[in-house]
Amino acid sequence: MEIKNEKQEYTITVYTENQVGLLNRIAIIFSRRKINVESLNTSPSEVQGIHRFTIVVMESRDVVLKVVRQIEKQVEVLKAYFNTNDEIVWQELALYKVLSDEITEKVKVERLLREFGARAVAIRKDFIVFETTGHREETNKLMEALAPFGLVEFVRSARVAIIKESAGFHEKLKDFEKREPGEEVIENEYLGKREAVFTM
Amino acid sequence: MEQKQLTGSQAVLEACIAEGVDTIFGYPGGAIMPIYDALYDYKEKLNHVLVRHEQGGIHAGQGYARTSGLVGVVFATSGPGATNLVTGLADAMIDSTPLVCITGQVFAHLLGTDAFQETDVINITMPVTKWNYQITDAEEIPAVLAKAFYLARSGRPGPVLIDITKNAQLQNFNYPGYTPCNHIRSYRPKPVIRKEYIDEAVALINNAKKPLVIFGQGVLLGKAENEFKKFIEKSGMPAAWTILGLSALPTDHPQNVGMLGMHGNYGPNVLTNDCDVLIAVGMRFDDRVTGRLDKYAKQAKIIHLDIDPSEIDKNVKADVGVWGDCKETLPLLTLGIEQKDRSEWLAVFADYTKQEYEQCIEPEMFPSKEEMTMAEVIRNVNEITKGNAVMVTDVGQHQMVTCRYAKFNQSRSNVTSGGLGTMGFALPAAIGAKFGAQDREVIAVIGDGGFQMTLQELGTIMQTGVAVKIIILNNQFLGMVRQWQELFNDKRYSFVDIESPNYVMLAKSYGIEGAKVEHRKDLVDAVKTMLAHKGSYLLEVMVGKENNVFPMVPQGCSVSEIRLK
Repeated sequence: MEIKNEKQEYTITVYTENQVGLLNRIAIIFSRRKINVESLNTSPSEVQGIHRFTIVVMESRDVVLKVVRQIEKQVEVLKAYFNTNDEIVWQELALYKVLSDEITEKVKVERLLREFGARAVAIRKDFIVFETTGHREETNKLMEALAPFGLVEFVRSARVAIIKESAGFHEKLKDFEKREPGEEVIENEYLGKREAVFTM
Repeated sequence: MEQKQLTGSQAVLEACIAEGVDTIFGYPGGAIMPIYDALYDYKEKLNHVLVRHEQGGIHAGQGYARTSGLVGVVFATSGPGATNLVTGLADAMIDSTPLVCITGQVFAHLLGTDAFQETDVINITMPVTKWNYQITDAEEIPAVLAKAFYLARSGRPGPVLIDITKNAQLQNFNYPGYTPCNHIRSYRPKPVIRKEYIDEAVALINNAKKPLVIFGQGVLLGKAENEFKKFIEKSGMPAAWTILGLSALPTDHPQNVGMLGMHGNYGPNVLTNDCDVLIAVGMRFDDRVTGRLDKYAKQAKIIHLDIDPSEIDKNVKADVGVWGDCKETLPLLTLGIEQKDRSEWLAVFADYTKQEYEQCIEPEMFPSKEEMTMAEVIRNVNEITKGNAVMVTDVGQHQMVTCRYAKFNQSRSNVTSGGLGTMGFALPAAIGAKFGAQDREVIAVIGDGGFQMTLQELGTIMQTGVAVKIIILNNQFLGMVRQWQELFNDKRYSFVDIESPNYVMLAKSYGIEGAKVEHRKDLVDAVKTMLAHKGSYLLEVMVGKENNVFPMVPQGCSVSEIRLK
């Protein structure tokens, strides 16, 4: 299997216990190597009580592999995966605040919002807040398009991602709860034979 | 049934007893006073060693853990007490030493308010602990401490810090008893051993013409000395050690070809770049061992045995990564490998040893010049101890010389700060080492620089009467830095000229016997007197001011570019 090692976007998915301070433990692993975290999201996962971190970095595969192993080594981390963009489905959410006058006066703005599939989430006399979801390029485009019309505020959420090949964590957790994990607890099979083994 | 009421403090001490702790190194203070108050009633069961500085306490805990193979336990108070532990935690983290450190913390309701002696010790110590946790409710104490001891000693060992707020120490609660921890669902101490990698490794070793085994502390931590010996003996392979692997294999073992790395032996360094299969056991390819990485063992197939999956491929890409505890993986390899005679290959090492002996070792061990050398001091110690003592070293030239020349027959006999290179480590670590191995002779070899960093611990020796032998090798310089300045900075000796107090008088003021040797004719007797002395003893030896440690792999060079002079 040919492995590309140039810097690219990797999405790291980490399943963890819910523990104070764990975010810091994970963040330290990146900052220690002077890696900038492009996006970070924590949320519940498909399994009750298990948290899921989604972290995006721009790095080479070699470095990401080492970082993921060091993340997985943390006591409260159950499992960490890393994937390239073609292995995941992901979305980001963006909010745009625009002055109501602008919208009502300029037909072009209305057309723009419709074109980008934006939804109004708050409508007030003075301003309106729109929302879109999509990839960064998509949410960026609307921001750029709105800029000339007095975009008052813009904010974008972290990436959330689903791994296409993943079967979820329910079954794996059962293996983790066993005292003697079976050979079945093989992970990241999509990453080639080598990585299959580093999990316990 | 009525449950027993205990305070949080008592529960901490009950946990220590249940975990088989016999010695605690610590220093009291405001926020840990309830635990010390409880300790007053546990004096019969728990021996507490009052150190002179928390850094001394944690290094003593490390020394204890390294000689005993048990978890070292350290108590300190909040704020400065806790921050003084940081160097020791970093040292224990990088050298995989099992420790449980318990720090007091301000009352929970004061957290985050900049209360007196409050510091955010959890966040300060996060990168230098295997795990840390803050307890604010006494109910958590039994389970958290059970987890702490389990994490410290299992898998790849490391330091754990538990911060306990004062209210939790004082709190009365229904004590459910102590249940040791042996499973945490998110933590896998040992990876599952995969047979296909064992088979691949066996095949590589069996087909190898010139295999070289390099081993580290993993062999000691895994208590796999016998398994390791059987493994190398069956296949007849030469084995070289990192300084933390030292003493896992007796010095005189015919297949022990010496030390790796920057000041290691000539043969194992040069031949790392000549072997066809390199088998790394429980070591992590530190840059001091590998030298320049892109010229390190490029011709060889690399087999890497480690319990920590994140070590495989971290610095050196392994052809076969054998994940697992070496106590289990080594016998599996031994089973598969063929009995081989590799005397021809061993003879190549012997050849290099001969060259090194003539050019480096002999002139240092048996110097003809007037000045004394560090190596001849170690030779004199060897002649009396016969390799049965525990040698504790600080950091610098004397450390390299001691590791190179000291003889070892027994495992767990070399205590040094390897990864972090902490000057000031040796004196407190030697105190702990002696508590961890009370029936053994413990000799601390320390430079004049490092000794002055933690010499307050002479007070601990005085008060406990612990029989530690101290050799100060005084070259009146911060020798290792001076050596580099001589070799690489045109002898611009920038702030390496260090003066010393009268060490013998200093020792005397602590009630410790001592002597100073300035001439070779007095050396043998002085070493004899020191080792014959019942209690602690300080021997200062004036050695050549500008002696260098050779061989040396200069920084940025490949291991095969090692210089003999």
